[in-house]
Amino acid sequence: MTETNEPTTDATGGASFADLAGQEHQPPRLDPDAPPVLTVDNLRMWFPVKSSGVVSRTVGHVQAVDGVSFEVPKGGALGLVGESGCGKSTTGRLITRLYKPTSGSMYFGENRQDIAAMSNRQLKPLRRDVQMIFQDPYTSLNPRHTVGAIVGAPLEVHNVVPKKQVLKRVQELLEVVGLNPEHYNRYPNEFSGGQRQRIGIARALTLNPKLLVADEPVSALDVSIQAQVINLLQDLQKEFDIAFLFIAHDLAVVRHFCPEVAVMYLGKIVEIADRDTLYKSSHHPYTQALLSAVPDIKQAAVGGRRERIRLEGDVPSPINPPSGCRFRTRCPIAKEICAKVEPPLMQIGPRHKVACHFPAELGKAPQHPVTAGLLGVDSQGSPDAGVTPTAIAEGPGYEKQWFDLQRREMVSA
Amino acid sequence: MTVTAPSSTRPGASSGEPFLVVEDLTVKFPTEDGQITAVQGLSYSVEKGKTLGIVGESGSGKSVSSMAVLGLHDTKSAKITGSIRIDGQEVVGLSESKMRKIRGRQVSMIFQDALAALHPFYKVGGQLAEAYRVHHPSASKREARRKAIEMLDRVGIPQPDRRADDFPHQFSGGMRQRAMIAMGLINDPSLIVADEPTTALDVTVQAQILDLLQDLQREFDSAIIMITHDLGVIAEMADDILVMYGGRGVEYGTAKDVLTRPQMPYTWGLLSSVPDVAGDTDAPLIPIPGNPPSLLKPPPGCAFNPRCLHKDKVAGGLCTSQMPELLESPTVPGHLKRCHLADPDAVYQAEVLPVIAPETLEENDPR
Amino acid sequence: MYAYIVKRLLSGVVVLFLVSFSVFALFWFGPSAPARPMCESKTSNHCTDDRLERFTEELGYNNNMFAEYGRYMGGIVTGRDVTISGQTTECPAPCFGLSYTTGKPVWDDMKDRLPATISVAVGGAFLYLIIGVPMGVAAARRRGTLADKALVSSFLVLSSVPYYLFALLTYLYVAVWWGVPGIGSPGYTPITENPAAWVSGLALAWICLGVFGCTQYTRYARGAMVEALSEDYIRTAKAKGLPTRTVVYKHGLRAALVPIVTIFGIDFGTLLAGTIFTEKIFDISGIGLWALNAIGDRDLPIVSATALFSAVVLIVSNLLVDIVYSALDPRVRLS
Repeated sequence: MTETNEPTTDATGGASFADLAGQEHQPPRLDPDAPPVLTVDNLRMWFPVKSSGVVSRTVGHVQAVDGVSFEVPKGGALGLVGESGCGKSTTGRLITRLYKPTSGSMYFGENRQDIAAMSNRQLKPLRRDVQMIFQDPYTSLNPRHTVGAIVGAPLEVHNVVPKKQVLKRVQELLEVVGLNPEHYNRYPNEFSGGQRQRIGIARALTLNPKLLVADEPVSALDVSIQAQVINLLQDLQKEFDIAFLFIAHDLAVVRHFCPEVAVMYLGKIVEIADRDTLYKSSHHPYTQALLSAVPDIKQAAVGGRRERIRLEGDVPSPINPPSGCRFRTRCPIAKEICAKVEPPLMQIGPRHKVACHFPAELGKAPQHPVTAGLLGVDSQGSPDAGVTPTAIAEGPGYEKQWFDLQRREMVSA
Repeated sequence: MTVTAPSSTRPGASSGEPFLVVEDLTVKFPTEDGQITAVQGLSYSVEKGKTLGIVGESGSGKSVSSMAVLGLHDTKSAKITGSIRIDGQEVVGLSESKMRKIRGRQVSMIFQDALAALHPFYKVGGQLAEAYRVHHPSASKREARRKAIEMLDRVGIPQPDRRADDFPHQFSGGMRQRAMIAMGLINDPSLIVADEPTTALDVTVQAQILDLLQDLQREFDSAIIMITHDLGVIAEMADDILVMYGGRGVEYGTAKDVLTRPQMPYTWGLLSSVPDVAGDTDAPLIPIPGNPPSLLKPPPGCAFNPRCLHKDKVAGGLCTSQMPELLESPTVPGHLKRCHLADPDAVYQAEVLPVIAPETLEENDPR
Repeated sequence: MYAYIVKRLLSGVVVLFLVSFSVFALFWFGPSAPARPMCESKTSNHCTDDRLERFTEELGYNNNMFAEYGRYMGGIVTGRDVTISGQTTECPAPCFGLSYTTGKPVWDDMKDRLPATISVAVGGAFLYLIIGVPMGVAAARRRGTLADKALVSSFLVLSSVPYYLFALLTYLYVAVWWGVPGIGSPGYTPITENPAAWVSGLALAWICLGVFGCTQYTRYARGAMVEALSEDYIRTAKAKGLPTRTVVYKHGLRAALVPIVTIFGIDFGTLLAGTIFTEKIFDISGIGLWALNAIGDRDLPIVSATALFSAVVLIVSNLLVDIVYSALDPRVRLS
């Protein structure tokens, strides 16, 4: 049976509320000068769709990830949020190279090696540095292996430590993630959900990774356990200087964990910014809709529902995404230009990029597309011979110059 | 053992019995390791047009107690005692054939995972029609189908006459949940038990579904029991909140009271465990240590005591020796809590609130 | 869907080519000269080297193997003439060659034996389905009770008895010692000749296959049903207020049928390819016994024909299973 059946033990360890509150579990802060540990440039993953004839042909592609660029700073955390089918999990799987991307680059580590095009053999030494934590602690651990075997397997695969020392290292890791090191010979089913997630974390830590891709690491856990795991991840981040790509649909959890957040919709990043900018002054209508949809506990004081932006319908198919801006079919402020021209992911602040023709805070959308002049089109999105398009930097990372929305011109920091 | 007087089953209950009254409900199951008590001494009530939110973690008994309301437990193995009255009728011990007439008609249930809860081999329209015809035996197949399409239309499924012939897997997640709700409402039930109805959904779809549930509640004046672990959803949907832990109700009051002046350390733990999407980013998360209790061998005294961060404030080791009763709070009338703390309100205001929501304090600060 | 069937049939043809070629090559390169069995049977075991050489030449084993394989395959499609000991016999399509032992075209023998095998297989499978599945469903509904446990464990004991022993004991008890009326001495009479004799002759075989098979099908059905009844949609069906019967059969059994049908398709295919023990013990001259004897006689044309036949049956039954599967489960799209 699970360890939950030890009723008399005192789980608090004699701690009081003030003791726990005094522990440093403050969310990590943004270090704007940290060098990137991972730079993703124009990453694309198109899965072919086969016809069902006698001879199968490729009749289309699921554009799961379509031109995504971002940076994860060393020891930092980038949050990737969006609804199911937006491509956030595919992005995580590309970075751990569970899939080979269709195109694009992923520069990793100090030597900035492009891991996108590497063969599995070339990748092997790098796999140690990029590890993944999965959502479901019930299916991601082999039920027939002991915890020691699960956590120790990477050590043996990569020949990191002599066989005799594997157990010692396993016990160390179990202790680090808050499990009893004597339990290395137990099986996953003897642990509760939260403890299993800790085992998954210990496995990911085994090889001292530089980057952890955490795909919904807490969404399968009970509320009280979620906080335990989040705090553990933060402690580990601080202690071992690990960078995180934190993929989740829970906007509040991402906000708590990540100083920087990217919002994805239908395979593209629509907005990326530091935490405060994104949550307090988002400029993309989709981000605004997402944020307004999160139910708020504070509403209890007032009663009833919060005012929210209602998005109609469902996310369109990634096989045949809408022309122009992919969000336009559900966008409350879409205009003609949105169907004709795809908005670039344009930098509009020191650490803020948004892909919208009408970027503004909620309710302040401009009448005319701010991007028209830059893209060389008129307000309806038709080509305008009189205007020369301006080059808009769409690479990963942030430039020293950006387009100021108030003054409608490029400004520098 | 807790005996709660019927008059106090619902805070501020008005005259006339509410639509659903649950009194001293206990549900026990035999297992290979011994008998587990999934629900013990639970009492609550819901009036028509109102929503009761039941909050708790896995194993808290929140789903077990609601399944008991529909009589969905196997009567051969589950031992159910106490009283459940639906519109005045006692359903504990009611025969299966009589219970069947209530199920899906007066009380219906909406499940969490609509993909698993709808039969994969039957068309959506057919499954709705089946739910209608079982309670309207005189209705023809055509009438039932018309009713099914009408309901699909009502819950906002586009082209309902065409989509009725789709199988569940051909629907998107949000549409499936809408179809599930349509099926639950097809017989105009007075009570809807929604078990984590939006947990598997994305936030924007969740918002749509919650909107729909509220619209329908207004239209049909139904009572809703909303089971969830999401305090935000509860805050926006519920009139009353019942917090469950280890099979027992540990806090019960209006949504406003429970979430703004919680009186029980477990509720505090829940509040401090979830980050707030609009709160202070520097506010730390303070988890509840340990794991939920075993139902097989519950800890002595208060079931929450092994995880409680405030039991040092209770003298004489009362927490580890004696189960506190669910009593009215000394400071908030009509608000029931199961805790030995003498003045929990004061502890919350002085110790917990400043840590988990510093900005709230600043707002109240006269300076 | 049609494209899928065509695709599967095409890949089936490829498999048949591989099977036939492998068997063919096995004889060609086998440890003893491929013509030796024929030579021995024609010369009353006085097969000298000269004679062997003559048969080898006559049967084409001196020619190029691929050309001979082509001739063999061509014979299956169009028929051919086969010459043995200077005597030319017409072997119409599908020609699998002439039996070394009888000298008759293999297909003629096979046609004689097929009805017996089909009769055994259909009757046995019918019995184990109609006994096994309902028992499994009943056990699943009462799972954990004494009746369920008794059934499961007694079937476990029964199915651990070797089948040939079980069949022999059945034969001894039912037919010989008890002399149960209606059960005649075992053997195959064509149904067109005498239906009563058909039944009484095959009854023992059916009972054996049926009882033995139903122990397995009870287990399969019980497992599939227990799983189906624990699904969320069963709880939904109950919550709708449906009567238990509807919940169990319309919602539960419908889902449980899918895995049962899958296993059944493969099992039935195996039965059709021959039930050696059953045919041997109950003296039924079917495909299985025929193949067994052919191996003993090293009658190569029959052995290859039966191998091909089993392959055809398994390919077709697999395809049928998949088609039925997609008909039962709308989530499955064949492509």
